[in-house]
Amino acid sequence: MPRRVVRSEQAPAGAAKQDDLDLSQVATIVDEGDAHGNLIALLQRTQSEFGYVPEPAVDEIARLTGVPASRIYGIITFYAQFSTVPSGRHKLLVCHGTACHVAGATRITEALEQELDVPDGASTADMEFSLGSVACMGACSQAPVMRVDEETYGNLSADHTRKVIREFVKELGLEAHYPGIAGGGSTGGGGGGV
Amino acid sequence: MPTEGVKVAVSAERKGKRRVSVCAGTACVFAGSMKVRDAFVAEVEAAGMRDAVEIAIIGCHGLCSQGPLAVVSDGDTYYPRLKVKDVKRIVEEHLAGGTVVERLLYVDPGTGARIACAHDIPFYSQQLRIALRDVGVIDPENLDEYLARGGYEAARKALTAMAPDAIVEEILASGLRGRGGAGFPTGTKWKFARSSPGDVKYIICNGDEGDPGAFMDASIMDGDPHAVIEGMVIASYAIGAHEGYIYVRAEYPLAVRRLRLAIAAAEERGFLGEDVFGSGWAFKLKIKEGAGAFVCGEETALIASIMGERGMPRKRPPFPAVSGLWGKPTNINNVETFASVAWIIAHGAAAYAAIGSGTCKGTKAFSLAGKVVNGGLAEVPMGSTLRHVIFDVGGGIKDGREFKAVQLGGPSGGCVPASLLDTPVDYESLAATGAIMGSGGMVVADDTTCMVDLARYFLQFTQNESCGKCVPCRIGTKRMLEILERITKGQGRESDIASLELLASTIKKTSLCGLGQTAPNPVLTTIMYFRDEYEAHIAEQRCPALSCDALIAYTIDADACTGCMLCAKKCPVDAARGEKKQPHIIDQELCIKCDACRAACKFDAVNIVSGPREIAAAVTAQRGG
Repeated sequence: MPRRVVRSEQAPAGAAKQDDLDLSQVATIVDEGDAHGNLIALLQRTQSEFGYVPEPAVDEIARLTGVPASRIYGIITFYAQFSTVPSGRHKLLVCHGTACHVAGATRITEALEQELDVPDGASTADMEFSLGSVACMGACSQAPVMRVDEETYGNLSADHTRKVIREFVKELGLEAHYPGIAGGGSTGGGGGGV
Repeated sequence: MPTEGVKVAVSAERKGKRRVSVCAGTACVFAGSMKVRDAFVAEVEAAGMRDAVEIAIIGCHGLCSQGPLAVVSDGDTYYPRLKVKDVKRIVEEHLAGGTVVERLLYVDPGTGARIACAHDIPFYSQQLRIALRDVGVIDPENLDEYLARGGYEAARKALTAMAPDAIVEEILASGLRGRGGAGFPTGTKWKFARSSPGDVKYIICNGDEGDPGAFMDASIMDGDPHAVIEGMVIASYAIGAHEGYIYVRAEYPLAVRRLRLAIAAAEERGFLGEDVFGSGWAFKLKIKEGAGAFVCGEETALIASIMGERGMPRKRPPFPAVSGLWGKPTNINNVETFASVAWIIAHGAAAYAAIGSGTCKGTKAFSLAGKVVNGGLAEVPMGSTLRHVIFDVGGGIKDGREFKAVQLGGPSGGCVPASLLDTPVDYESLAATGAIMGSGGMVVADDTTCMVDLARYFLQFTQNESCGKCVPCRIGTKRMLEILERITKGQGRESDIASLELLASTIKKTSLCGLGQTAPNPVLTTIMYFRDEYEAHIAEQRCPALSCDALIAYTIDADACTGCMLCAKKCPVDAARGEKKQPHIIDQELCIKCDACRAACKFDAVNIVSGPREIAAAVTAQRGG
């Protein structure tokens, strides 16, 4: 479980500058924390405020609660839910539960990695998409499954996945950012090379 | 066989209305059931039948692979795989016209016959539902529907007419054992917590259902949240705890939402709070959302997580019954265990103990997934055979393929082969196969599933989820994973199987908690039952299931290929190519093995081959034409 903390200087280009963060909310969150000073709850609320847990917010929590920042990072890196870097505007989550795995979830992730030129677990350079995986969504009979923001897709093939993401990118008018998609690709579009 | 909990249409019947129940379980919602629900509302409105027909949502109805589905109250008519455009016909022909829409009924895959009534479908008629008694029957967001089915009667009886010791005795006598997987007798656990000294005690419901491929607990929490709450109310009184927590996995937002609604509704009616049922008993219940860590399913890790810490297990004793949350006596049970409690109090321990086998009483819920026809949620008496669950309830293997193994218990469990299909489903018999009962995830594998890759998948999972506290788990699982990765890439060494076995036995013996102690099970059982697959990967660089990417190649059978160019069109990397009406080829340098060509080919001309010699021959053949 322990993962390396990606420090802010390694944050992807285009991420909100952390100097611009309004940290006044952190004090409110700390004030409203439960009597036991539950750090997980504090961090969950911090993350829902900022979309991730920014480094300055951790320092602020440490200052206000007296809990060393190292212990706070200990919790952040332990739980998969927390992220210290901002995520893309649109979230693509591929289920890698057992049923999805035997139904070919790896091919779904690979197709998305290729179309958007982004590795699993990272965000695209333009910060439009984050690609991630989840252990099980509990919709095993629809395997393999992925979620694109609030929309869910089941019984996927790699081919269908490519279609879904291409259409979505075009809908957003972002083809120019993704050469593979702008070119039309082979799926459902122009013919393959002969 | 009693089939508690299959009769639909509770609230509607009371109001003299007919009812359409649309499944709002996770899989059905994924498949679009909310659009179907909206269509029903609109069509019923348009037909002017708003006052005569109620459109309700229900929790997981069970047969997820047939979703989105709806059940019409007259005759409990079952309409599977609904599309929005089907709704108008059901409203016009069935609800208005009184004629069942034959064309939309369920087709039995075995006989080909259409079945109208939900209870006549083998998947349902073969089950016995206790923990799932109201799941898929009532609207989980409506407390009155739970009450109409006798809800909270057991808790009322327990708190107003039973002594706490008598409740503990009743649970002991029922033979109920922990449904989270370990199978510890629930009554004994309660007895420990009850007899622990101290004024302040806690109870916790473990809803951190982390096994990939398992969704029973989620279905209970979002399909019948009051069943869990009622069980906890009874337990709180029996143990002497005034405060309780339900710890819900982060990935289950629907369960969190429905539990919150249910707790608020129960508080409003005085089923929770300062004076439960006017008995003077105080019990407060809170929800704790997990933050995404599998190991938090372990009870000491879960307690650390509720306290806001890293969810790392600690050594036991002291057991939580002595020193748990905030150092106080704490009782932890699983969702399904709590959901069974009210039934036992209502029907008596003897009725529960009459179901099941020698050492395992009652029923067990399973989630059926993978290559099985009827994927979904099922509950059967303990002692039923795996064959019964997979073939009678589950309907056998998809696409007429061959059963290879069933994976039980997720990352802590193992694979049981076809030769052991008559193993009864109980804790001891399953443990004897090397697998475990576990929480109830059953993932069925067919001949296209590589058992080495499945073992690698689970090891990758446990390795990733190891908290890192103890060396055998942290480093041992990593070494095992490296070996498995090597084998699936065709770089296995002759000594690898022996190394895996040695590492496995050390990790099992020396890990601190259940995660490490059981992590090697998927590897050990696949070596035990499918050793030939390991050997084929290692000695021949061949994957018998044609699944491991590094060991397979896609080629085109020149005799079968018609040159229709569909594969070329579908190939994302232009590896499949050829002239129109001429046999195509797949360029091995470019192919990324995405399966798009094989899935698209209408002539079965795309083959997968494995093994260096086989690949060389097939590649030569497709060039030669």
